[in-house]
Amino acid sequence: MTAYIVRRLLATIPVMVVVALFVFLLLHLTPGDPAAVIAGDDASPADIEAIRRKLGLDLAIWQQFVIYVGNLLRGDLGTSIFSNLPVLTLVKQRLEPSLVLAVSTLVLAIALAIPMGVLAAWKARSWIDRVVMGFSVLGFAVPVFLIGYLLIYVFAIELRWLPVQGYRPLAQGIEQTARSILLPAIALSMVYMALIARMTRASMLEVLSEDYIRTAHSKGVATIVVLLRHALKNAAVPIVTVIGIGLTLLISGVVITETVFNIPGLGRLTVDAILKRDYPIIQGLIILFAGAKVLVNLMIDISYVFFDPRIRY
Amino acid sequence: MASEPEVAVTANAVLSVRDLRTHFLTRDGAVRAVDGVSFDVKRGETLCIVGESGCGKSVSALSIMRLIPENVGRSMAGSVRLEGTELTTLSERQMRAIRGNRISMIFQEPMTSLNPVLTVGAQIAESLRIHQRLPQRAAWERAVEMLAMVRIADPARRAADYPHQLSGGMRQRVMIAIALACNPQVLIADEPTTALDVTIQAQILNLMLELKQRLSTAIVLITHDLGVVAETAQRAIVMYAGRKVEEAPVAELFRNPLHPYTRGLINSIPRRTAAGRRTNIRGRLQEISGIVPSLREEIVGCAFAPRCSFAVERCSRERPALDPHAPEHLAACWEVARVAAAVR
Repeated sequence: MTAYIVRRLLATIPVMVVVALFVFLLLHLTPGDPAAVIAGDDASPADIEAIRRKLGLDLAIWQQFVIYVGNLLRGDLGTSIFSNLPVLTLVKQRLEPSLVLAVSTLVLAIALAIPMGVLAAWKARSWIDRVVMGFSVLGFAVPVFLIGYLLIYVFAIELRWLPVQGYRPLAQGIEQTARSILLPAIALSMVYMALIARMTRASMLEVLSEDYIRTAHSKGVATIVVLLRHALKNAAVPIVTVIGIGLTLLISGVVITETVFNIPGLGRLTVDAILKRDYPIIQGLIILFAGAKVLVNLMIDISYVFFDPRIRY
Repeated sequence: MASEPEVAVTANAVLSVRDLRTHFLTRDGAVRAVDGVSFDVKRGETLCIVGESGCGKSVSALSIMRLIPENVGRSMAGSVRLEGTELTTLSERQMRAIRGNRISMIFQEPMTSLNPVLTVGAQIAESLRIHQRLPQRAAWERAVEMLAMVRIADPARRAADYPHQLSGGMRQRVMIAIALACNPQVLIADEPTTALDVTIQAQILNLMLELKQRLSTAIVLITHDLGVVAETAQRAIVMYAGRKVEEAPVAELFRNPLHPYTRGLINSIPRRTAAGRRTNIRGRLQEISGIVPSLREEIVGCAFAPRCSFAVERCSRERPALDPHAPEHLAACWEVARVAAAVR
């Protein structure tokens, strides 16, 4: 098992090298001189030359890449052009709200979508099934910003139960954080829930028609135990896979949700960096998001072994 | 109908099935999978239910266990009594307490009937935890004992194995261990050896019979294999198109089959003649011509009439009653006298 995990970890290295190469080339593939792009429209040739030297752009391109990767390995993601702060520092400042939002969304979506999917599969073709599937279609179809504004209107403005916008850090107390993150998490989790509920239902439907489910019934096992112990664990692999795929959705969703709810997280940092063309920040964030995605995929691959003993590692 | 002697034996019955009907409602009308079947199983005996594919054997078994889901449009009628307890009117909760405890079942496909993500020990222990409320450890220890009883070598280690690590024969042994874990009065085995290698078949059958002796469990063995019937059962029921057409002690059934369908089944067994050739009287295997009738339409008269060489005009008009023709021997045929007199 440990050998398997180490092997899988090693296999992520080439992926990350490709990501680093892409991110590095991003700057160089941008039309025009990167130094001129960075310097902006009203820079003098002398300014551009200074930036060029500062960034090492006068070196050969392979030398630049080696330096870039070397910096990454030392945890140096570069320096923001506009604020002159290290990208890592900026990311650290913005990490907490995004992480809290992502984790709450994940927990909320899984906690609601899996029971919904199980119920829909168990009561297939009943009204419960139709309600769950209808909700699922809606979750896919309605964009996250619309849900966000709707939730704000109903629960923050009309009912005044929850704050309209903003984020309260964990340092100010978990209850305040929870209140500030609830609406964004609900808004963001809709599409995710739709995805997981659908996959859970499909996977469960397939498993429920298996012979071993009939065996479980013939032993006198209670229905809820048949569903959760006998069926859900067998249905888990596709569900876990789709949870992993959905995480990509989550990353793009975080950007929009943070904008709607005015949360100072990584999403906002991304949007601001793109608008200002602060390339080092954009590069740093891409590396970070790609790394997160690779890590999640790794965790999912490892979890298969836990759910299905037939999978060899 | 009610006055007919529908069953051959009534005394000392542990399981009594009366006029069992299971119909499936489809878009094209009702499919009469089981259409009025009655039989008794005596304590500790082996009763075989024989018939071709699609004659209603498996549906009968699943109906007795109440394992056919309601949402597939099934309708059920009749009575099933287990030691006097009427099963058809129990609540689902009460029925669950009986399933796997007082009556249990093993299935045809050992490869797919065990849960692939649970260890076999856990699957045996589950029954014990549900019905005997054993704590986890005791249930596990008992599960290991059960594995030893069905003669799985190194049971303590095997209990921790998953089904994919076991062969087909071993999986069927595990199924038997699960079914017998709570020492049921009745074990229904639905084609338990059909999916196994021939060499393993005999082992599994012998194991079932031996454990039956030891635990005094009655077995209802569903099979299409008359060889299995001859080797295992005391009595046999022959089913055709959802109905019971003949019932007799096994020796009597082979010696003196009274229903033309039973005769057809017996004649289609390959036999060795004195010359050593695989043959029967006419030198080649005899088949029953024609096919099993559609169960979508109500069958008037005898269901076997279209395929029967003894059939007369009355057969397709009036349904023959199940009448006793010898001790404990029932047959539903208008032409029993001619059938009995004919040379096989």
